[in-house]
Amino acid sequence: MSFEPKILGVLCKWCSYAGADLAGTSRKKYAPNVRVVRVNCTGRVEPTFVLKAFEKGADGVLIAGCHPGDCHYLEGNYKALRRFQLLKKMLAQMGIDDGRVRLEWISASEGERFAVVVNEMTERVRKLGPFAKNGGSNG
Amino acid sequence: MAKLKVAFYWAASCGGCEIAQLEIGEKILKVAEVADIVFWPVAIDAKYKDVEAMADGSIDVCLFNGAIRNSEQEHLAHMLRKKSKVMIAYGSCAYEGGVPGLANMFDRASIFERVYHETPSTNNKHKVFPEPSHKVHEGVLCIPEFNDTVKTLRQTVDVDYIIPGCPPEEKTTWLALTALIEGKLPPKGTVITDNVKAVCDDCPRKRDVKKVKKVYRTYEIITDPEICLLEQGLLCAGVATRGGCGAPCPQANMPCTGCYGPVEGAIDQGAHFISAMASVIDSKDPDEIQKIIDDIHDPVGTVYRYSLPDSLLRRARIQ
Repeated sequence: MSFEPKILGVLCKWCSYAGADLAGTSRKKYAPNVRVVRVNCTGRVEPTFVLKAFEKGADGVLIAGCHPGDCHYLEGNYKALRRFQLLKKMLAQMGIDDGRVRLEWISASEGERFAVVVNEMTERVRKLGPFAKNGGSNG
Repeated sequence: MAKLKVAFYWAASCGGCEIAQLEIGEKILKVAEVADIVFWPVAIDAKYKDVEAMADGSIDVCLFNGAIRNSEQEHLAHMLRKKSKVMIAYGSCAYEGGVPGLANMFDRASIFERVYHETPSTNNKHKVFPEPSHKVHEGVLCIPEFNDTVKTLRQTVDVDYIIPGCPPEEKTTWLALTALIEGKLPPKGTVITDNVKAVCDDCPRKRDVKKVKKVYRTYEIITDPEICLLEQGLLCAGVATRGGCGAPCPQANMPCTGCYGPVEGAIDQGAHFISAMASVIDSKDPDEIQKIIDDIHDPVGTVYRYSLPDSLLRRARIQ
């Protein structure tokens, strides 16, 4: 059976969630692998959310929010950016591939961009295979 | 009243917990008044078979320190659980895996390769590695089997209480012992310390502006004695760490390393610490942020110094 990645999408309500909505209303075709959770702001996304998603069986996590300068709460996306860069460095050390987590800026008018990002990420995670629950050679 | 029967055990640990237990000083006499120690490998000459011969539930309290890294420790954890009414994880290693838990960045094969072959002082041309059993002329010799992954005590057996710390502070140990002696035990699963949310709540340093342009290691900076260490660019885990220790480290100009475990409510101490660190970095530019982060040389060892096996990821993924 072919592997279908499960990707958690955490989208900010002001930009990227609306962008995803636009992708739908514009009849854009994209991979059905992203399960979306709406948050008020990417600044709300704690690193714990990403780790918890992996623990609960996700193969990848996509975080998307407003472009720099566009945050409804002024600075939330910068906060997300700093957390994300630090988290990525930690995940690399833990042997978790770069392609499993992604932070994107997608505005409410970028339905096309949302579809492209989802497709790209789904393909990348598909190639990586399922997220390993364990990691040692005998668990 | 019959005396309490108490057992102590050490698994994967450094021995510091035993010293911490004695740090209660002359109060130990009070413990001796009400309790008999039936098993304590570091101090009294009781054997494993003596414990095995005890009836189930005949030990009142077992204070277990150390992580579970091999089959012997796993066996003893199960045995002592069966024999004890109350099982207490004593110290960071039993609670969260502790420093030995950082071995979860590797696996058995790579640890053996490093320890028994690669190290410069080792001469092992034929790559003789420990084997769980080995046949010799006189019979079969056995040693415990070394696991790939370090586990916490809670991941191995049912645990009633936790005493955190590396090692637990004297006052934390005494708090737990008093509760035991007086029979006023808190609800099962409680982490026994003074009720302080985070190390910061006990820390007298002033918090002011969270703006860090450069991260320092302790030897690279002479800190201001009044101001929060995290705000001065030292990676102080106080904000992500349960209080109750009295914040001795930041008061001695050393950043908190997080030994009391995550603050109440946080499920992953490292992730919580990453959030805190990210919030003091003063930049909006990805390249500049990266430059600041580049100075954090060992993120996992910094944020999960005592809690890697107890974290959401539990271990590194090794290809």
